[in-house]
Amino acid sequence: MSSFRWLRFGLAFSLVAGLVGCSQQSEDQPMSDTSGSNPEETYAAVIRQPPIPKGVIAKTAEGQLVEVSCNSCHSIRPANESNATTGNLDEFHQGLQVQHGNLTCVSCHSAEDGYESLRLASGRRIPFGESMTLCGQCHGTQLRDYQHGAHGGMTGYWDRSRGGQERNHCLHCHDAHHPRYPSFNPAAPPRDRFPPVGKGEHDG
Amino acid sequence: MNESQPMPELPIVSEQPSSRRGFLKACGATLGLAAWATALRPLTEWSEDLNVDEFLQKHYRELTPEQKQAVFRRLEDETRDEHGVDVTISDPQATPGVQFAYALNLSICIGCRKCAEACHVENNHNRETNESYIRVFEMEMGGIDFEQGDATYDHPVPQPGKFYMPVQCQQCENPPCVSACPIEATWQEDDGIVVVDYNWCIGCRYCEAACPYHARRFNWEKPTIPAEEINPNQGYLSNRIRPQGAMEKCTFCLHRTREGRMPACLEACPTGARVFGNILDPDSEIRWVVENKRTFVLKEELGTKPRFYYFFDE
Repeated sequence: MSSFRWLRFGLAFSLVAGLVGCSQQSEDQPMSDTSGSNPEETYAAVIRQPPIPKGVIAKTAEGQLVEVSCNSCHSIRPANESNATTGNLDEFHQGLQVQHGNLTCVSCHSAEDGYESLRLASGRRIPFGESMTLCGQCHGTQLRDYQHGAHGGMTGYWDRSRGGQERNHCLHCHDAHHPRYPSFNPAAPPRDRFPPVGKGEHDG
Repeated sequence: MNESQPMPELPIVSEQPSSRRGFLKACGATLGLAAWATALRPLTEWSEDLNVDEFLQKHYRELTPEQKQAVFRRLEDETRDEHGVDVTISDPQATPGVQFAYALNLSICIGCRKCAEACHVENNHNRETNESYIRVFEMEMGGIDFEQGDATYDHPVPQPGKFYMPVQCQQCENPPCVSACPIEATWQEDDGIVVVDYNWCIGCRYCEAACPYHARRFNWEKPTIPAEEINPNQGYLSNRIRPQGAMEKCTFCLHRTREGRMPACLEACPTGARVFGNILDPDSEIRWVVENKRTFVLKEELGTKPRFYYFFDE
């Protein structure tokens, strides 16, 4: 009973004192967090930012390769809103592999400002640096898992009172245009003393 | 028998006629010498890599802090002499209020074995065997049948129709390996990690037989590791170079995790299939997974109560 009374007291106190009251309750909870109880001592989780594209590589009349911004071309050319592949483009983006559901270019790219930003389903424009919000529109369960540390590679500290975390961005593993994780060769298998049946030097 | 009667002459006799007493004395002396030689045999087999200090070293949990320090310094010296590398042997202790748990998302594991590779490097495994505390099984979708699983696959991953299941020490709450050990060379620490005193272990391999997850390995040979590849950040109970004839096992990288860091296998995982932390912390990532995902443990029916959880996204 006494713990309930204390809890009630703690809750009442926190109502009076606003958000400061949460530290009062922690004494009643034996299994309370030892690491995150003091917000001042919590280190941040930093998301590694992938390089933000500034435009496309184009060749000048002199044959020099330069990076030109998207709206160099897109401000003077009308957008083809139904286009979903690069195969029918006359120039630029030729090698770009697109395999991402039934999305078209303008599902994610904003034609309004010459493709200089991304476009959410609501129509709101966001800079390329905030692409994670864009991905999360459809991949909500993955974003939820990501926010809880259960999706996406990371390094650092589990104990955030002793150190921070560095976390991968969606784009570190998933190319925006063909997001399936690529197939590749695994690290070497173990060399067992007794290889499994069918894999030893005397088998087959 | 009458003593006064002369002994009958036999065809073969020495100067001194043999008596029963003399015969028994000779037998006794021979047996005594043989027993003495047997008792001393360990001395005749004394080799370079055995020293008196190690021979007389007490069990880890009976060592005083000063004795521990002496043991760690001795092991550091031995590593320097043998491998030519300066290493630090630390002994981080369990933090009160911390119970480690691990979870693995089978939906996003792609079987790349990066975790096993990182374990191999971090834990100073024998390079000859490419040993690792993690074994990744390639499994047929539709069930969990280790009989059909393949841990030595060597082709691009992920393969269609397969899923990948890394298995390592489950750090059981009720560890059969610990009860199997006849000399208490292995035990469970307060944060749940099952450790081995590699110097106390006699290499009987009972624990290996007792473990239902094949999480324990035996050092059949003296580990060989190139000097430049030795991880110098070593823990007495975790990743120091194990002696030949000792058992070894995953310790959730306690030399890292007790300092608050992530285990090496988690940091190596490119997909983020691995989640680690303090299960007692209600705000921890591992707690969120256990509370919100449909997790399961391996061989639950055995009652080992693993601290290692598996889950699927869908």
